[in-house]
Amino acid sequence: MISYNLRKLKSGLMQALVWLALIMALIPLFSIILEVVLKGASSINIDFLTKPTPTVGEVGGGAANAIQGTLITIGLASLVGIPVGLMSGIFLSEYSEARLSYAIRFFNDVLSGFPSIVIGIFGYTLIVLSFGFSVIAAAFALSIIVIPIVTRTTEEALKLVPLTVREAAISLGIPRWKTTVSVVLNAARKGIVTGVLLSFARIAGESAPVLITMGYWRWWFAGLDKPVANLALNVYIFAISPFENWRALAWGSSLVLIVLVLGANVLVRILTRERY
Amino acid sequence: MTTSNEKEKRKQLEAVAKVELPVFASPYKFELEGLNAWFGTKQVLKDINMKIKDRTVTAIIGPSGCGKTTLIRCLNRMHEVVPKARVSGRVLFNGVDIYNGNVDPVQIRRKIGMIFQKPNPFPMMSIYDNVAAGLKLNGIRDKKVLSPIVERSLRMAGLWEEVKDELDKPGVSLSGGQQQRLCIARALAVEPEVILMDEPTSALDPIASSRIEMLIRTLAKDYTVVIVTHNMQQAARISDFTAFLFLGELIEYGPTDQIFENPKNELTEKYITGKFG
Amino acid sequence: MKKPQMLLFFSNGLKPKFLKAFKRPITGDYAFKLITGAFASAILLILGLMAYSLAEGSRPSIQRFGISFLFGTKWDPAISQVFGALPLILGTLTTSAIALLIGVPISIGIGLALSEYMPRELSFVISFLVELLAAIPSVIYGLWGIFTLIPFLRNNVYPYVQSVLGFIPLFSGPIYGGGVLTGGIILAIMIIPIVSAVSRDAFSAVPNTIREAMISLGATKWETVKTVISCARAGVTGAVILGLGRAVGETMAITMVIGNKFQFLPSSLFDAWHTMAAIIANEFTEATYELYSSALIEVGLVLFLVTLAINITARLLLWRSLRFVRGIVMM
Repeated sequence: MISYNLRKLKSGLMQALVWLALIMALIPLFSIILEVVLKGASSINIDFLTKPTPTVGEVGGGAANAIQGTLITIGLASLVGIPVGLMSGIFLSEYSEARLSYAIRFFNDVLSGFPSIVIGIFGYTLIVLSFGFSVIAAAFALSIIVIPIVTRTTEEALKLVPLTVREAAISLGIPRWKTTVSVVLNAARKGIVTGVLLSFARIAGESAPVLITMGYWRWWFAGLDKPVANLALNVYIFAISPFENWRALAWGSSLVLIVLVLGANVLVRILTRERY
Repeated sequence: MTTSNEKEKRKQLEAVAKVELPVFASPYKFELEGLNAWFGTKQVLKDINMKIKDRTVTAIIGPSGCGKTTLIRCLNRMHEVVPKARVSGRVLFNGVDIYNGNVDPVQIRRKIGMIFQKPNPFPMMSIYDNVAAGLKLNGIRDKKVLSPIVERSLRMAGLWEEVKDELDKPGVSLSGGQQQRLCIARALAVEPEVILMDEPTSALDPIASSRIEMLIRTLAKDYTVVIVTHNMQQAARISDFTAFLFLGELIEYGPTDQIFENPKNELTEKYITGKFG
Repeated sequence: MKKPQMLLFFSNGLKPKFLKAFKRPITGDYAFKLITGAFASAILLILGLMAYSLAEGSRPSIQRFGISFLFGTKWDPAISQVFGALPLILGTLTTSAIALLIGVPISIGIGLALSEYMPRELSFVISFLVELLAAIPSVIYGLWGIFTLIPFLRNNVYPYVQSVLGFIPLFSGPIYGGGVLTGGIILAIMIIPIVSAVSRDAFSAVPNTIREAMISLGATKWETVKTVISCARAGVTGAVILGLGRAVGETMAITMVIGNKFQFLPSSLFDAWHTMAAIIANEFTEATYELYSSALIEVGLVLFLVTLAINITARLLLWRSLRFVRGIVMM
């Protein structure tokens, strides 16, 4: 037996709880961003951008080599990951009803949910054991993270291109494959670019697979068969270190990462919003 | 089933689900005064004035997009549920303006039931639970109280004989016409005073449609029915009064016989004779 | 049948003689399908290769310990060289359970807020903010965890919790700020984006006719929402399972706050512990002999299989009910 007023009260209470839940999620978000900005801003200076990581006991130092290393790693990972992802996305959208497509799509989703540390171990067993700790190994592991992202977003982007575009090209006598490559891909380029951007942002922040396949590196780029410095990994190493200047570097590196990552996400949102 | 037992149960129900809407003596169930309605900036109803008598069937006809659905959705304050929807004017229900700031729309909707164009039984519920859904909202869980009401509602909707042995089957397992009658039973279970129907047979086959039409005539004995229909023959068959809407304006409103045999307005005549719409 | 077109994917018009040797006419379309299909199948190849190489790498450890690896409670790389993963499995399960306990109600609340309680424009903006939580790298969560969350919990929250609930063994014991509960809390925050986004999609997918039916019966807002939730059951379950998968696999943030202490059971929720992912991150680079790294790889194998099972279950559930495509789903 419930009176009407009680029902109304319950409804109002649940509404308040729902909004409370929202606030509880936004608090950590703002806290993290605020802390990183506040604690990291003081670390960003000329030194930070030009000097390599300091040795034990050395004063000052910077993250220049880490920035270089991260960029190299992202570049290498993309070299493999983006073409594979692109082709896969094209296949899935062009031949979307094939049984193979369903399998690939399903397992692509499954792969995208994998812990990056496991992917790191894969990189270790496949490459490090024969080739050694190196930027190649790290790039390989990271490319496995890139592939599902790019595949998915490419497929999505291609599927959004209206049929009329395709039909117009085919009616002009252009073969189907060329239609896809020249016309449809071009029409979908915004969506594809957003996917690529997202993958950059994602792997820039990955440290677990980097730890396993590359490890900590204090110097500049020294060859593909050697590790490179990595911003995200440095955050981990420095955060738990006892040195004041190292910890400051951790915050500074975090700031760079946050700006990169959040910036990419905002960019992606802006790009996709224009579609509405 | 003794009458005094049933009376006892009904007393229980009334006490529990007492809806505190003030009622003033009025010969009319609904009085619309200067009703206007908008979707955002687009005005869909323009200065509607009409009075609807109790225990009658009123049909609202007109070409697509003339505002018929919006009109009945204003009667149970469902129009404003859509974002950016707005209403001005008065709608008196039992003599009380339901758009008066003090009236709670949730309480209105208990008294005014609605049947939608496409039958919408709750997919995760059985036939029994569907009919009982409205009652359970008021906290009535006791099957001894629920079951007789469920049976009575299904009987009134003309569905009891067909489903009485399968009350546990999912509501969506029924045919289209049966689902619509299930929705009617569900609406009847909470004992409204009015039943609004938005093109209730447009998604059904002719046999199912005629069953519903017969049902409507029966319901008119105890309830006020307002039905939107694009089917003029249906309006002529089942309604006592007919309102013709065109582009958001009430062109003509009167007894059905008069509207169809002797329309006063030229536009009405054109629509009825099929010259447009 | 079309005249065989020797158009290759590389549109420079080359017509290599060897193509003429193929019996089947190589049309440009067919070649296109083959090439793109081959790349796409790489995904399946990767998964298979991953399973294989993990199994291979674990072989020494499997041969040595067999099934007792999963039930062993000793992890001693230095002296007896015995490895057992049970505490790690328990640690992973416990922190994930805490994460779900805390994170799922919040996420469902957010999903409801976004789908049922907000106009579309606002929902768009707030969804974006919640998704930003997902974009933050794991190490930064860990950094924040060490320097902001832990001090906060240690000074402002845990003492009160202990004063109220201290009589329960779970909540007794020394408080240093990190540990099991802190790990669970940070995992909870990290699973919020995915569970709430998928839940929100599940709720939005419920047709409006259901809401209208409830409203027309005189239901309050919450009563209508309750009906929406029960219609979206499958989607929400899938969301929770995805969240579980995320929590189980999380590495850096948890290793930075949980204390990395290998013990069969922690003395309380405020005590340090270890998880499967965390021990790999912590000790992999220090595994100096084959059995050691093999044991760690075997932990990785267990993690792989667990995540595989969780992800497949979640996707199967969601596949049927939601068929949606979202970037956020890729965590």
